[in-house]
Amino acid sequence: MMLMLRRLRAVSPFQVVLITLFTGLALFMSLPIVFIFNHAFKPQNELFLFPPRFFVRHPTLHNFETLFLHASNATVPFTRYLFNSLIVVSLTLISVVVVSTMAAYVLAKYEFHFKQLIMSLITLSLMFAPETVSIPRYLVINGIGLNNTYLGHILPSLASPVAVFMLVGFISQIPRDLMEAARIDGAGHFGIFVRMILPLSVPAIATISILTFQGVWGDVETSTLFMQKETMRTLAFYVNSLLSGLQNNVAGQNMAAAAGLLIFIPNLIIFLLFQRRVLETMVHSGIK
Amino acid sequence: MKTEVTHAARTVKTPSPATIKLKRFLLDLKKDAFCYAFLAPFLICFLVFIVIPVVMAATLSFTSYDGFSKLHFIGFDNFISLFTQDIVFLTKALPNTFVFALIVGPGGYLLSFLFAWLIHQLPMKVRDYYTLVFYAPSMAGGVALSVVWIAAFSGDRVGYLNHFLLNMGWIDSQVTWLQDPKYLLKIMILVSLWMSFSVGFLAMLAGLQTVNRELYEAGRIDGISNRLQEVFYITVPSMKPQMLFSAVMTIVSTLKAGSISTQLTGQAITPRYAGHLIINHVDDYAFIRFELGYASAVSVILLLLSYFVMRFAYRMFNSKEEL
Repeated sequence: MMLMLRRLRAVSPFQVVLITLFTGLALFMSLPIVFIFNHAFKPQNELFLFPPRFFVRHPTLHNFETLFLHASNATVPFTRYLFNSLIVVSLTLISVVVVSTMAAYVLAKYEFHFKQLIMSLITLSLMFAPETVSIPRYLVINGIGLNNTYLGHILPSLASPVAVFMLVGFISQIPRDLMEAARIDGAGHFGIFVRMILPLSVPAIATISILTFQGVWGDVETSTLFMQKETMRTLAFYVNSLLSGLQNNVAGQNMAAAAGLLIFIPNLIIFLLFQRRVLETMVHSGIK
Repeated sequence: MKTEVTHAARTVKTPSPATIKLKRFLLDLKKDAFCYAFLAPFLICFLVFIVIPVVMAATLSFTSYDGFSKLHFIGFDNFISLFTQDIVFLTKALPNTFVFALIVGPGGYLLSFLFAWLIHQLPMKVRDYYTLVFYAPSMAGGVALSVVWIAAFSGDRVGYLNHFLLNMGWIDSQVTWLQDPKYLLKIMILVSLWMSFSVGFLAMLAGLQTVNRELYEAGRIDGISNRLQEVFYITVPSMKPQMLFSAVMTIVSTLKAGSISTQLTGQAITPRYAGHLIINHVDDYAFIRFELGYASAVSVILLLLSYFVMRFAYRMFNSKEEL
C-alpha cells in the first residue's frame, strides 16, 4: 500500500516539475564548487581573460607548481604550512575522538553526581562560539604558555561540546545488555570502553571526525591569535593571507586558485567516504 | 560552610542525616571515580577553554584593560558608553547584525528544512548526490570559497557578475560590488545563505528518516489533505530533537559570522562599516585598538544575545529541557 502510494506520488506531474526545478537549483548551488575545480587548473592568461570564462580550456598544473615553488623562495616554505596543518589535524582528530568518546561513554551509561550539571553545561555550551570570547582565550593560552606550540592549536579543539553531545546521543542507543555481558566476562570499565564502546560507535566517531576535520583544517583563528611565529601557522592561514590581498592584486590569483582547491579537496574526500555514517549518527543526535 | 560547622557540632552524639548524606556522597564519588577519570580530559579542556574564558570575558567587561597595564574596575561604564556613545556600534554593528542574522538565521534554517525535505522526497539512489551538492559549500568553508566570491563579485568587467549583468544590459557600467557600501551587506547575506546548509542541514536530513511512515497513513485517515499540513502536523513534530539541534547550530553560526566580511573585502574594517557585524566590532576593539575591557563588554552582549535567542528556540520547540 505504502509502496503504491509512493509510486503514485513519484509520477504526478507536480512532482516532475518540482524535481526539475530542484535539480536546476542544485546545479546552480554547485556552481562555486565547479568553479573552484576549473579555476585551479586555468593557465595565467585564462584567469584574466575577457570575456571571463567559467570553464577551463587548457588545463594546466602550472598554478600548483607556482604555489609549491613560491614556497621555496619565501621565508616560510609552503611545505612548512602543509606540514603544520597535517600534524595539527591528525593529532587533533585522534585526541578529540578519544577524549570525547571517553566523556560521552560515562555520561551516556552511568549515573553519578554532577552528571546532570555537566550535561546541561554541555547543552548550554552548544551555543558557544569560540569567536565570541577570543580575547580571554588568547589570554588563557598566553598564560599557560601554549602560544607557538602545537598544543596551542590542538587543546582548544578538545573542548568540543558538539562532539560530546552527539556521541552521548549515539552511545545511549547501545544496549545495556551488551555491557552487562562483557562485565560478566570479566571486562573492566576500560576494557568495555576499548573493546565495545569504541567499535560500536564508529559511525558517530566518523561524524565527529568529519566535523572536527572541517573545523580544524579551515581554521585560521588559532594561527592568527595564538601563533606569533610564522613557522607555526597552518595552511589555512597561509591561503587566507594569500587571498586577503587579492581584491586589487593580480599576482597571487593563480596561486590562490590552486590553494583554494587544495583546502577544499581533503574535506570533500573525507565527507564522501563517511557520508552514510554521518546521517546514521545524526538520527540519534537531536536535542531531546 | 556555616551549616556544615553546626552539623559537625551536632554529630557528637549521633550521626545526623546530613553527615550520613555527606559520607554517602563521598562513597559515591569513590565508587564512580572511574567516571570522573574518564571525564577529566574533556572537562579540563572544557573548563580552560570555554568556562574560564566566558567568566573572564564577563569580568573583563567591567574593567578598563589594554593588555599591558594593570586593569581597573570601572563598573558598568563600558556598557553605558556602548549603548549611549558608540555610534559605530549603534548605527552600524547592531543594525547590520540584526538584518544579517534575521535573514541568514531563519532564512537559512527554513531553506535547510525545505531542501532537506525535498531531498527526502527523491528516490534513495540519487539522494546522496543532492546532499553533497547542498552541503559542499559549507564544507568548503570560507577560506576556499573566497576564491570564488572574489572572482564572481570582482569590481572590474572581468568579474563574472558584472560581465553577466553588462551582457544582459541590466547595468550600464561595472559595479564595485565588494567596495560599495550599498551592496556589501547584501552580498554577505547571499554568500552566507549559500553556505548555510551545514551540520543542521545534515541533522534535518537524518531526522526526516526517523519519521514513522505509518503516521502519514494515520494522518490521512484523520483528514490531513495536503503535503503542507502533513509537514506541519506530522513531519516537524516527529523530528523535534533534530529541528532543535539544527536551530541551535544555525543560531551559533549566524551570530559568530564576521570573518565573511573580512574574507570578501580583504580588510578587517569594511568600507564605511557597511559589513560591520558585532563580532567585527569585538575584533576591532580587541586586536586593533587593544581596548580589551571594552571589547569584552561587546562580546558579553553578543553572548547574552545568543543565549536569549537560544531560549526562544527551546521555547518554540517546546522542549522539556529548560535552560
